[in-house]
Amino acid sequence: MTTKQLQKKSIQYRKNILKYIFHANAGHTGGSLSCIDILNVLYNHVLNVSPENFTSPDRDRYIQSKGHSVEALFVVLADKGFFPESDLSTLCKYRSHYIGHPTRKVKGVEQNTGALGHGLPLSVGTALAAKMDKKDFRVFTLLGDGELPEGSNWEAALTASHYKLDNLCAIIDHNKLQITGTTAEVCNTNPIDKKFENFGWAVRHVDGHDLDALKKTFAEMPFEKGKPSLIIAHTVKGKGVSYMENVIKWHHGVPSEKQLEEAMSELNNVMVTIPDDF
Amino acid sequence: MGAEVITEKGKAKTNLDVFSGVLQELAEHDRNIVVVTSDSRGSGKLGPFGQKFPGQHIEVGIAEQNLVGVAAGLASCGKKVFAVSPACFLTARALEQIKNDVAYSNNSVKVIGISAGVSYGALGSTHHSLHDYAALRAINNIIVVAPADNFETEQAIKLAAQTNQPVYLRFGKRVMQPLKEINDDVFEFGKGRVITKGNDVAIIAAGETVYPAVQAANKLKEQGVSATVISMHTVKPLDTALLNIVAKKCKAILTVEEHSVYGGLGEACASYLLQNRIFKPFKIMGIPDEYTVTGSQQEIFDHYGLSEKGIAEQATLLL
Repeated sequence: MTTKQLQKKSIQYRKNILKYIFHANAGHTGGSLSCIDILNVLYNHVLNVSPENFTSPDRDRYIQSKGHSVEALFVVLADKGFFPESDLSTLCKYRSHYIGHPTRKVKGVEQNTGALGHGLPLSVGTALAAKMDKKDFRVFTLLGDGELPEGSNWEAALTASHYKLDNLCAIIDHNKLQITGTTAEVCNTNPIDKKFENFGWAVRHVDGHDLDALKKTFAEMPFEKGKPSLIIAHTVKGKGVSYMENVIKWHHGVPSEKQLEEAMSELNNVMVTIPDDF
Repeated sequence: MGAEVITEKGKAKTNLDVFSGVLQELAEHDRNIVVVTSDSRGSGKLGPFGQKFPGQHIEVGIAEQNLVGVAAGLASCGKKVFAVSPACFLTARALEQIKNDVAYSNNSVKVIGISAGVSYGALGSTHHSLHDYAALRAINNIIVVAPADNFETEQAIKLAAQTNQPVYLRFGKRVMQPLKEINDDVFEFGKGRVITKGNDVAIIAAGETVYPAVQAANKLKEQGVSATVISMHTVKPLDTALLNIVAKKCKAILTVEEHSVYGGLGEACASYLLQNRIFKPFKIMGIPDEYTVTGSQQEIFDHYGLSEKGIAEQATLLL
């Protein structure tokens, strides 16, 4: 898929995230908008996973540790054909499988997540299984920067390097905000790169909204043979909607009808600036 | 019961020894059997397993949350994973991982709590697991099992390896004598095992307290009191059909467990009986809600009456 096609997808995904969060009157808006470009590149460019091969033991695995940004995952899975997009109109409704965190009841979801600090240990176990069975599939997990203080992440980081899991890639959606304030104010985990390097990981920084840069970075995995890879993706919480960008209240804020119109208009205006590929 | 570990074939062993032996036996024929330890291979008697099957053993160091998360990831790829750690750490520190990564995500991990209950009696409450039945009973989609003797342990491990449902198994490290001299029982999760039959009192026990319950039944017999003893090895799902039969047949019901009197086997039985209008003299024996006394497992059992004498006395009081 060309970068222009991916750019259009990112805008459409953003519109869908907002549409379904508005409809559900619930959701984690800011974080879904910050990680959507990463998911776009993963599902449309990197991962060997599709509705057709989802039960194959050889598929790549994607485990979303920051489960609360489930709306981003759901709109991408719908676009990939795992389920009809119209299913998302039941998001967070009574007895819907499309709840506020990933569950395996939804096709395409690998693990039930939502409590933080769980994605990395699960991914380490999955990557270990691949090594044991000499399989080539790779394991990707997306962490929020706000969940880094969870100790289980660091336990798993040790195991990943101890077992030289170079088939594992963790991506940190580094939007630098969490529900209470900036990550630096709440619990300063900087320098993240040095910490992971000291834990035996190979680390890269990338602009998490630069689709070409994301493609290039993923293509270079493993960054170092015999080491797990970490991508620190620098992102903007609420990216793509001016009034949401870097504003904490949009962590799980739901737009009003007027705000939704404003956001859609802004995204539509960007969409028309991207020429079609031929 | 003595403290001597007898490991010759056919002789009584610790359930821990049975566990490690059965696991090696299974791994011989199934390369998907994987053991994950948290610096617990020594405590779990899994050193030989690790040496024999290095490709089927993952060591994560002292990190129980990671132990369970990693085990769940392995299980999601079809591995038959035994996550082995002392029950006290495994079911407290890694409770959220058991709840979410194992039970809720339905990853078929066999969570193995070693040195359970007050097996580490003298080491104090940090090392006691008297909460695990209660905590895990309240979590959907995990079978909770405390095998009593070597037979039950062997069967439980083999069954756990086959089942697709998450299982929690806990046992201690003392030599467990067989509950029956001649045993042709079929072991199933969720089906209690009738050890002795009698009409006066039903003693429903689990794990390492079943043996003193049987001793108590023998003592009661000398006094003219007949007791049914059930090894209720599966604490959840509870064998309510069997409970119903023995509760109706006997004049009184006594439960015995190496667990807090809150939230365990006893309260599970009480809940069933009360909600089904079976009103009989009833007593829960276990570890009371207090700062637990320390000493050897046997000394703690004796202190709280989880012994031949204590159980027989309580049974007599109920009648």
